[in-house]
Amino acid sequence: MGVEGIGARVTRKEDQRFITGKGRYTDDFSVTGMHHAVFVRSPHAHAAIKGIDKSKAEKMPGVVAVLDGQQLTGDGIGNLICGWMIHSKDGSPMNMGAWSALATEKVRYVGDAAAVVIAETPAQAKAAAEAVKVDYGELPAVSDASKALESSAPQLHDNAAGNLIYDWEIGEADEVDKAIAGAAHVTEMEITNNRLVPNAMEPRAALAQYDTAEDHFTLHTTSQNPHVARLVLSAFYQVAPEHKLRVIAPDVGGGFGSKIYIYPEEIVCLWAAKRTGVPVKWTADRMESFLTDAHGRDHVSTAKMAFDKDNRIVGFKVDTIANLGAYMSLFSSCVPTYLYATLLSGQYAIPAIHANVRAVYTNTAPVDAYRGAGRPEACFLIERVMETAARELGVDPAELRRTNFIGEFPHQTPVIMAYDAGDFGATLDAALEAADYAGFAKRKAEAEGRGRKRGIGLSCYIEACGIAPSAAVGSLGAGVGLWESAEVRVNPVGTVEILTGSHSHGQGHETTFAQLVNDRFGLPTDNVQVVHGDTDKVQFGMGTYGSRSGAVGMSAIVKALDKVEAKAKTIAAHLLEADAGDIVIEDGEVKVAGTDKKLGWHEVCLAAYTGHNLPEGMEPGLKEGAFYDPANFTFPAGAYICEVEVDPATGQTEVVQFVAADDFGRIINPMIVEGQVHGGVAQGLGQALMENAVYDDAGQLLSASMMDYTLPRADDLPSFKVSTHETICPNNPLGMKGCGEAGAIGSPPALINAITDAIGNNDLAMPATASRVWAAMNS
Amino acid sequence: MYETKYHRASSTDEAVKLIGGADDGKFLGGGQTLIPTMKQRLAAPSDLIDVTRIEAMNGVTVDGGTVTIGATTTHAEVAGNGDLAKACGAVCDLAGHIGDPAVRAMGTIGGSIANNDPAADYPAAVLALGAQIMTTKRTIAADDFFAGMFETALEEDEIITAVTFTAPAKAGYAKFPNPASRYAMAGVFVAQAGDGSVRVAVTGAGSDGVFRHEGMEAALAGDWSAAAASGQDVDAGGMLEDIHAPADYRANLVKVMAGRAVEKAG
Amino acid sequence: MATVSMTVNGKEVSADVEDRTLLVHYLRENLHLTGTHVGCDTSQCGACVVHVDGKAVKSCTMLAAQAAGSDVTTIEGLANGGDLHPVQAAFKENHGLQCGFCTPGMIMTAVDMINRHGGKNLDEATIRAELEGNLCRCTGYHNIVRSIEAAAKAMG
Repeated sequence: MGVEGIGARVTRKEDQRFITGKGRYTDDFSVTGMHHAVFVRSPHAHAAIKGIDKSKAEKMPGVVAVLDGQQLTGDGIGNLICGWMIHSKDGSPMNMGAWSALATEKVRYVGDAAAVVIAETPAQAKAAAEAVKVDYGELPAVSDASKALESSAPQLHDNAAGNLIYDWEIGEADEVDKAIAGAAHVTEMEITNNRLVPNAMEPRAALAQYDTAEDHFTLHTTSQNPHVARLVLSAFYQVAPEHKLRVIAPDVGGGFGSKIYIYPEEIVCLWAAKRTGVPVKWTADRMESFLTDAHGRDHVSTAKMAFDKDNRIVGFKVDTIANLGAYMSLFSSCVPTYLYATLLSGQYAIPAIHANVRAVYTNTAPVDAYRGAGRPEACFLIERVMETAARELGVDPAELRRTNFIGEFPHQTPVIMAYDAGDFGATLDAALEAADYAGFAKRKAEAEGRGRKRGIGLSCYIEACGIAPSAAVGSLGAGVGLWESAEVRVNPVGTVEILTGSHSHGQGHETTFAQLVNDRFGLPTDNVQVVHGDTDKVQFGMGTYGSRSGAVGMSAIVKALDKVEAKAKTIAAHLLEADAGDIVIEDGEVKVAGTDKKLGWHEVCLAAYTGHNLPEGMEPGLKEGAFYDPANFTFPAGAYICEVEVDPATGQTEVVQFVAADDFGRIINPMIVEGQVHGGVAQGLGQALMENAVYDDAGQLLSASMMDYTLPRADDLPSFKVSTHETICPNNPLGMKGCGEAGAIGSPPALINAITDAIGNNDLAMPATASRVWAAMNS
Repeated sequence: MYETKYHRASSTDEAVKLIGGADDGKFLGGGQTLIPTMKQRLAAPSDLIDVTRIEAMNGVTVDGGTVTIGATTTHAEVAGNGDLAKACGAVCDLAGHIGDPAVRAMGTIGGSIANNDPAADYPAAVLALGAQIMTTKRTIAADDFFAGMFETALEEDEIITAVTFTAPAKAGYAKFPNPASRYAMAGVFVAQAGDGSVRVAVTGAGSDGVFRHEGMEAALAGDWSAAAASGQDVDAGGMLEDIHAPADYRANLVKVMAGRAVEKAG
Repeated sequence: MATVSMTVNGKEVSADVEDRTLLVHYLRENLHLTGTHVGCDTSQCGACVVHVDGKAVKSCTMLAAQAAGSDVTTIEGLANGGDLHPVQAAFKENHGLQCGFCTPGMIMTAVDMINRHGGKNLDEATIRAELEGNLCRCTGYHNIVRSIEAAAKAMG
C-alpha cells in the first residue's frame, strides 16, 4: 500500500474549498436577470381546487408570472412517474395515481403546490404567493396507512380503490405456516418503523435557465444523479429534449436518498424559465423541506418467527403495511418490496420466509428511499424479533444469533438474495470484544448504585448494496439499468481526469477515486481530477445512492483503468522495444521488468498524443471509457452493540457506548469509511431515539420544523467505537461491498434492544423519547 | 419577513419617542426570538427600535445583597459574571443554558422577560426570586408582571431597563429541555430567601405560562430537601400536552426538576 | 432602503439594502460571500454562524442593520492568506466534514469556543455541549469533536 493508494488514510482533496467557504452549492449560483420562484402550497391535506384567483398577485411589484397546473399541463408537461413497476400477487400492475408538478384538480397533502409565482426578488415572490387566492373545497383526509385501507377512508386517487397501490408477496406462505404450526416456540411482535424526514443540511434548490438562441436549458440542481434527472425530465416530463438540457449538480450538501428524485420544483423552474424568458431560481426553506422532501420508512408490520427445539429458526412470516404518501415518488415502489422483503433472512439460515406487503396512499408527503431504504425496516424487524426471542427462550442474545448464523457461502435465501461472502461470527466476536460484553453485568450493577438503569442490545445486520445487476432488476420491474460508467482521460503531460457517473455529496469521491489512479500508476492524487455532476462533461451515468459508488462506480473506473494501462504498456513496449507483458508501471514510471530500461509516465502519455511513434495501426491518444454492470448485489454485514443508561426519574436515555464491527469488503480509504459509519449510526440512533414525523388525523404535519422534529445534536451522541473485518466480495474487481448505509441500518434495533433490556419492558416503539420510555417504565 | 424599519436608539428617551412615532413598533433586544418570529411572518412590526446600544441598560451590579441586571445584558454576560456567581450562581447557571452559545451572545434578559415565552427560562428565575422589573415608567413586581403566554404587564411604549432582586440564601434551577427546540419542557427555579421563605417557579410545563407552585413552597419552607419538593402533587390538568409529551409526563418532570433544583441549590 | 456599512473580513463594505435584510443575505447576496449558509428557518442549524465583534452569532437571526458599524468575520476571512486557521486545518486532518454544508458554521463556532474556553480546558463533554447550536447530518459529530480537540490542542 502506497501512502495514497488503496487502503491509505488520505485526507480529502475536496476539503480545501469547503473549509475556506469556497464550496459551490446550487443556491450560491446567481445569473444575470435571475428571478425567484415561490410556490403557493396547500394548507389542506386533501381538497378540491375550485378556482385560483391570481389577479391581485399578478399586479404586485416585481411579479412576472403567476402560473398554475392548468397552464403546466396545457403546455404538455407530463405527470411525475414512479420508475419501478410492482405487480400485486394477483398479477395486476400497481395503481399509480396521476401527479402533476402543479396540482390541477385536487391537492393531496399539505405542501402540495397549486401555483407558482415568479418575481424579481424572493421577498416579492413570497408576498405575491400570499396574495394568490386558491379556492379550496376541503375533503376528508387520512394520514395513517392502516386507516387508509378501511372501507370508510377518503379516496385519494380514482384508479386506486381503497387507496391500495399494490398487495405484493414474496416467499412460500404454505411452508412458513407449516413451520409455525410445528414449531417449538414462536415469537410474535407488532412493529412500527417510524416516519422520518431526511433533513440533508442543504435544502433542495434549482436554478433553471433557458437560452432562446440555442433553444437550450441549463439546470443547476441539488441532485444525487443528474443524468437520471435529465433523462426523466426529458423522456417523461417533456420539459426539454435530452440533448437540449444540461443538468449540473454542483456541490450538494448531503442527500441520504432525498435528492435522488426529480421533484415538481425542478420541472416547474425549467418550464417557467422558458415561458417567462427569465432565469428562475428556487431554494427551499426548511419548512418546505419538511413538507415536501420525500420522507422515509413508515411501516407497520406483524412478524412471527418460529424456532425448533434447538433454537433454530424454522420459519419467518411478515405482514407489512407501507405508507407511500399522497403520490408515488420515483423509486418508492421498490423500497418496501425488493429493497425490504428480500433482506428478511438477515444473517440467518431460515428455510422458509413469507412476506406480504400492502402499499398505501395517504394524505401525507410522498415516501421514498432514505438512507438504507427498506433494509433498515427489515433489519429492525429481524433484530427486534431475535432479541425478543432470546429473552423468551432464556438464552443469550449473542448465542441465539450465533446458533442461526449462515456459515457457508454462497448462500441462497428463500427471498431472492444469494449472499456471496461473509463471516458473521467474526464481526460478532469483534463487537463483543470491543464492547466488553462479558463485563456488562458488572457495569450494570455499578450503574444501579448510581440510580441508573443500564442495558445492552445487539444487532447483527446484513444489507444489499452495489445496486444492481441490470438484467436482474429489469426482470423485477425496474425502469432503468443500474450499471455505472467511467471515463479515464490521460492528458499529454500525464495528469489524469476521471469522469464518473457517480455523484459525490459528501462521500469524498474526489479523493477515493483518485486513490485508484495512485494505486495503479503511482501518480500523486494531486495529479488526478475527478469530474462529476455535469451532463455536459460526463457521459451518461446512474448516480450515487444505495452505497453503490464504490462497488459499482469504482468498478467502472477500474475497467477503464485496465484499458488505459494496457494501451500505455503497449506504447511503452513499442518505444522500449520490449514485450508488453514485461512492462510494469509504478511510481510514475514505466519500466521493463528486470532491466534498467524505463520511461517516465509522462513520456509515454506524450508519445500517445504526438502519435509520432506508435505501434502499427494504433489510434493516438490515451482515453478510455467503461460501463460496469454488477454481477450480483454486494452484502455488507456486521454486528452492532449499544449500551445505554436510563434515568428512571425522567426516562431519559444516554447512549454510553456504541460499538460497530462491519464487513465492507475491501476498503479504499479507512478514514472515509469510518466517517460513513459514524454518520450512518448517528442517523440510525436519531431514528430510534428522537426523530419522528408526526401527522395528525387531519393530515397536518405537526413536526414541520427543527423546533418540533428532533435531529441528533453533538451532545445526544457518544463517540463511536468502530472497526472493520474484511471478507472480499468475489463479484467485483476491487472486492468492495459498500459502507454508506450500514450504520443507519444496523443501529436502531441495537438501541431499542438496549433500552428495553434496561427498563425490563419490551413494549417500546421508536423513537424512544424520554416521555415514552418513562411511560413504558411506569406502565 | 415583512417590511420593517430599523432604528437604533441611544437613550431610553429616544427609544420611547421612536416607538411613539411608529404605527406598530416593537423594541428589539437581541432579537433571538423576535427575528425568527418575523422571518416566519408571524409578527410584522412596522418599526424595530433597537435598544441594545443604550449604555445605561447594560451590565450586572451587585451592591450588598441587591443584584441589578441591566435589560440589555446578554445571556453570555450574565452567565460569565463573577460577582453574580457569588451572589446567586443559579442565575448564571440558568443563563448559561439558554439556547446555544450563539443565541447567548445576542439574547438579552430584558428581551426574554418582555416576550414571556411559556418555555423560556428567565421568567422562572424572575418569579422565584421575587424580582422587581424596572421599566421606563415604573417598577413592577414579578408576581404582577407575567400575565399568561406571551403576555406581560408592559405597555406598548414601556421599556424594561433592568431586573433587580435581593440575593437569596439558596437558589437552584433545573430544566428538562424539549429534545427538539431545547426550550424548557419543564424548568423549575427554587429560591430560599434570607428569612427562610421559599418561592418555586415553574416554566415550560404549564398551559398558561410560568407559575408558582405553592405546595412546593410550603413544603420546602418546612423541609429544604429534594424529597420535600418532588413529593408534592403536580396537577396534570394544568400542564401542556403536545407531540413531545403528554401532560402527566410534564407533571412528573416538574416534580423531578424541582427536586434537582433543590439539590443544585445545596 | 438604507445604506448599511460594516467591516467584513477586514474590508470596509457598504450596500443599500432593505431594513429587513438579514445579515446572512447581506453577506451572501450583496457581498457574494456564499460560504455562509442557510440551513433552517428557526435559528437551530448554525450553518450561518459568523463572528460579529469577536462573538459567534447566527447571521440568519440578525438584521444586517443590527451589525452596522461592526467588525464581521466570515469563513472566507478566517485563513491568513494561504495559511489555514488551525481549526480549518484540524477539520481537514481529522475528516471533520463530509458534504461541507454545515462546515463553515461549525468552524466559526469552534473558533469562538476555543477562544472563550482556552485550548487547554476543552474536554469532549464541553465540546459537545458547545455544539448545541450547530447541526451536522453527515459526520455523527464524531470527527467534528476530534477536529476541535486537535485544534484546541494546537492552539494551546
